Formats: sequence, structure tokens, C-alpha cells
Amino acid sequence: MGKNIAEKIFAAHLRDEPFPGAKVLDIDRVLCHEITTPVAIADLVWRGKDRVFDPTKIKAVIDHVTPAKDSKTATQAKILRDWARRHDITDFFDVGRNGVCHALFPEKGYIRPGFTVIMGDSHTCTHGAFGAFAAGVGTTDLEVGILKGVCAFREPKTIRINLTGTLQPGVYAKDVILFVIGQIGVNGATDRVIEFRGTVVDEMTMDSRMTLCNMAIEAGGTSGICLPDATTVDYLWPFIEGEYSSREAALEEFRKWHSDEDAEYEKVLDFDISNLEPQVTFGYKPDCVKAARDFERTPVDQIYIGTCTNGRLEDLRVAAEILKGRRIADNVRGIVSPATPKIFSDAMAEGIMQIFMDAGFCVTNPTCGACLGMSNGVLAEGEVCASTSNRNFNGRMGKGGMVHLMSPATAAATAITGVITDARTL
Amino acid sequence: MKKTFGGAALFLDRSDINTDEIIPAKYLTEVTKEALKPHCLEDLKLEGFDPKGEALRKARVVVSRQNFGCGSSREHAPWVFEVNDIHTIIAESYARIFRQNMFNGGMLAIELPREQIDRLFSMAGQGEVEILVDLSGSAITARCGDKVETYPFDISPFDRALVESGGWVEFADARY
Ligand code: SF4
Repeated sequence: MGKNIAEKIFAAHLRDEPFPGAKVLDIDRVLCHEITTPVAIADLVWRGKDRVFDPTKIKAVIDHVTPAKDSKTATQAKILRDWARRHDITDFFDVGRNGVCHALFPEKGYIRPGFTVIMGDSHTCTHGAFGAFAAGVGTTDLEVGILKGVCAFREPKTIRINLTGTLQPGVYAKDVILFVIGQIGVNGATDRVIEFRGTVVDEMTMDSRMTLCNMAIEAGGTSGICLPDATTVDYLWPFIEGEYSSREAALEEFRKWHSDEDAEYEKVLDFDISNLEPQVTFGYKPDCVKAARDFERTPVDQIYIGTCTNGRLEDLRVAAEILKGRRIADNVRGIVSPATPKIFSDAMAEGIMQIFMDAGFCVTNPTCGACLGMSNGVLAEGEVCASTSNRNFNGRMGKGGMVHLMSPATAAATAITGVITDARTL
Repeated sequence: MKKTFGGAALFLDRSDINTDEIIPAKYLTEVTKEALKPHCLEDLKLEGFDPKGEALRKARVVVSRQNFGCGSSREHAPWVFEVNDIHTIIAESYARIFRQNMFNGGMLAIELPREQIDRLFSMAGQGEVEILVDLSGSAITARCGDKVETYPFDISPFDRALVESGGWVEFADARY
């Protein structure tokens, strides 16, 4: 019987099975940010175990609230910063070099096919786009990861989702994943890995695959995962060219992680997305999804373009294409947060940031900011935000605020009209 | 440190109660668990539930429906229960990370089938419910007036080991 990619990664990293079904894995990357790590650090210090298993496998960033907005967030940042220094964690990113974790770490080439990755952040599933098993964990798992380089999981069951057909122009990875979550529900993949397959995924860029895998957790998934291919190799090439004689050789090596033909899945779901339209959420759960066109003049107060879901260069390009030569509606506020400094400067070089500014957007530094209602655009009671982020929970972007999730294209079109708008109808 | 389980039950009659409702993101800037204490379930809007009320203050067990604890990975969610002396959650199902976080902290996230959850909720309609947890016998006993019902629950040997050793840090440190 063949194995699927998650099973192969598990088998290659198995350190221990203390009880049947409880797999303790060796971890290749332990990623840290300033919200969930400081408590783990404090606990390690309290236990007299202030150590790290391997400083080269630990990467850390201050990204959620940065630069610090008050004494409390400054303290969190300081705890992480001091800890990184004291343990020689050299891949630590502070103000000026920092960006949203799930955009920054892949951009630095830290994530490779076949890796195991954990972080105290639920959207760690994003890194599965590289053919890694990447899972969000709590602070205790993170703490043990930092100390011992291991993490325990149940034997994974995998749901394979085949995305076939051709995406219509103006329809993006975000629309696909919103649609999928709408179909399987917020609980549809709990304790499962989602393996994204099919021609639609094959044709996606790495940016798009990250958008796709980013929201696996919104269906309850432990990790989203795509099979590594030539697109993966091309993205990683600047970081791996010293390790392989050619791109073909790298691809050959990465292929060993591919799911076998006769691999078993708990479930296989097929979605032909040729007729898919831009999707938008309407409730407080990410599976409340309908076509953008089915919103009848729903007014918004704020547009937020950025985050680990859709703050990458490709996303900014799409939005700028729509905003070019236009201005946002008088009654809305537009905020754009490029996800990393590199994305920011590449977008500047392409003239994209100027387009945003000419259209009336406020440009912020790379940070999570408003995505979790902590800074840079928190909503007031009763306000509505059109957002490219991944969570629309009640109060997520500010108490009493309402969030509609959508693609950067839909968000840009909505900024122009002031009401939720399918960009193709502009 | 080992935890105590069981006691007065608080009933939250909804599925998909998420971590933002359990502990809003604005409190994630706290660096001690104790500071979270007054903010338990603060943003949960549910008929008959008052986050400042007596029922929550007295509760030692929370009973809820499906997909409890979905959303973010924040361990602040189990912690806010922990510092309020709620060490047992009973639900039909959980989000993976929340469930793991409970056991990692040496606490119990018990899963029961829908029928039994329904019966617990109907018991709650008749008065205050106390739930006792027998960990070694893998069963809970719910009491409301002179009504008593006992249900067995499944717990994997690994989860049991985590609870018995006081959590994942203790377990992992002794073993790896
Ligand atoms: S951008 Fe939003 S979802 Fe992504 S890591 Fe930051 S807070 Fe979490």
C-alpha cells in the first residue's frame, strides 16, 4: 500500500511512538512570534530550562503588533528579542526587517519540501504550500518544540481535494479556498490534512498556493499541503542552488515526497471550479460564503488589503491593476499592508504603492495589524470591513465589527464603489 | 502539577464557540496566565449567558456542542479556563489545536456522542448540574437533584499519560 505525502513526512520524522497512534516527530523548523512565544519563554525560565534545541532551526519575528503600540506589546517584543539574542537565534527579524510570519519565513527560503514545521500560530498551515507538513500549535507544544525539537501528533488522515477545470479571469486562489470551506464547512477537515491536487493547483504560483493552504485551518485542517513541483523548485532555487547540480536534480529529489499512486485517503473530493465566481463571506464563520454578485449593495466602512493570506506581491499587483487611475469611494477608508519589507520594496519599484496612494489608500508598514484587531485599523462597533484576511469571527477586527473576507481584486473593487463589488462588473 | 476535575457545570448551547469568544485577541498582550482571569468568555454572546455572572464564577466544568475551541492556536483559551479553575470541558467535538492544548496543559477535553450531550443539556434545563469525573474509570457522572446519569468516555493512552504527568512539558522532558 502506497503512502500519501503527509504519511511519508511522518515516517521520515518519527522519533517515538509512546502509545499507539501518538506520533512524536522531529521538527525541522520551529517558528516564533511575539504573541505566543513570550509565555513559552517565561515558562521555560520558570522551570529552569531556558535552553533551545538548535538555534539554527528556530526562526523568530516580531510581526503582530510592530512597531510596538504600547508598553505591553513593547514588553512582548522585548522578551522575544532578548531571548533570541541570548540563544544566538540569528534568524530573528525586528523592526525594519520584519513582516508577517507566514509571508516572511517562506520568502527567506526557510521552508523546504518534506519539512516538519510548527509555530504557535494557527495559520502555520500556509507553509504546506511547499510540500511541508506545517501545523499551528499552542504555546506548550511550542515550548517543547523549542526545548526538545519534537512535537506530538495523531497519525494523520488526509482528505484529498482535486481542483480541476480552469479558473476564469478575475477569479483567484482566495475564491477557490473560500468556496472549498463553504462546501466542507468549518469542521470539515478537523484533525485532517488537506492535500490540494489537480490542474488548478498545478498552474498556481507559490503565492497562490500559500493563499490556498493558509485557510486550511478555517476548515479545521491540521495542515494544507501541495506536492512540490517545478514551481516550488523555481521559487526555492536562489536558496538551494548550492545543494543541487540542477533544477531537475532538485525536482527529482523533491519527488520522493509525492503521494504514491495507490496512496490511501480518508476522502477524495472533486471540485470542478471552471464556473467559480469571486466569493465573499457574509457571516461570522468562514464557511458562510456566497458569490460577490449576490451581495446587494452592501456598504463597507473600511478596506483592508494585506495579511498572511493576501499581502504578497501577486495580491498587491492584482489590486493595483484595478485601482489604477481610480479613486476609492469618499465614505470608505482604504488600508494596505504589504506583508514583508521585500514585498513592500518590490511593489514600490513596480509603482504599485504609488497607485494605492493615488487611489487614496493609507500604506502601513508590514505587520498583522488590523487582521486580529490589535493595531493599524481596528473597527469601531457596528463598522464593516472588506478584508483580504482569513477570519471573520465576531469581534476579530474590533469588538462589534463585521468582516467580509474576499480576494484582493474584490477588495479593490469594493474600495472604489464603497459597496461589496465583483471586480469583473466594474 | 496535577489538576482536579469535575464540579458545577456551565452549559454553552452552541457549536463552533471560537477562541476569540473564549479570550479576545486584545488580551493576548498579557504575559501571565493570571492576568487573563477576568476576561473568560467575555465576547461570547449567547442567550442566558453572562460573562460576569454567577454561573461562570462557580463553574468547574464547561459543557458545549461541536467544534469547541475553533479558530486561533492561542493557548490563552485553555489558560483562561485553567485560571478560573475550569479543568474539564465536555463537548461533542473539538478543534484539534484547542483539544491538544487542553491535554498539553494536563487538562481534560472529553468527547461524548451527541445523544449524551443532548441528555446533559436537557438535565441542565431542570436545575443546576454537577459533573464528577472519574479519570481512572473513564466515566463522568452528572447529578441534578436526585437525577444521576453516568457515561463512560474514551481517552487515548497518550492523552491519559499527559493528564497524569501534569502536561506535555513534564512528559517530554522526562522522555526526550
Ligand atoms: S496576518 Fe492575521 S492571520 Fe496572519 S498571522 Fe497575522 S494575525 Fe494571524
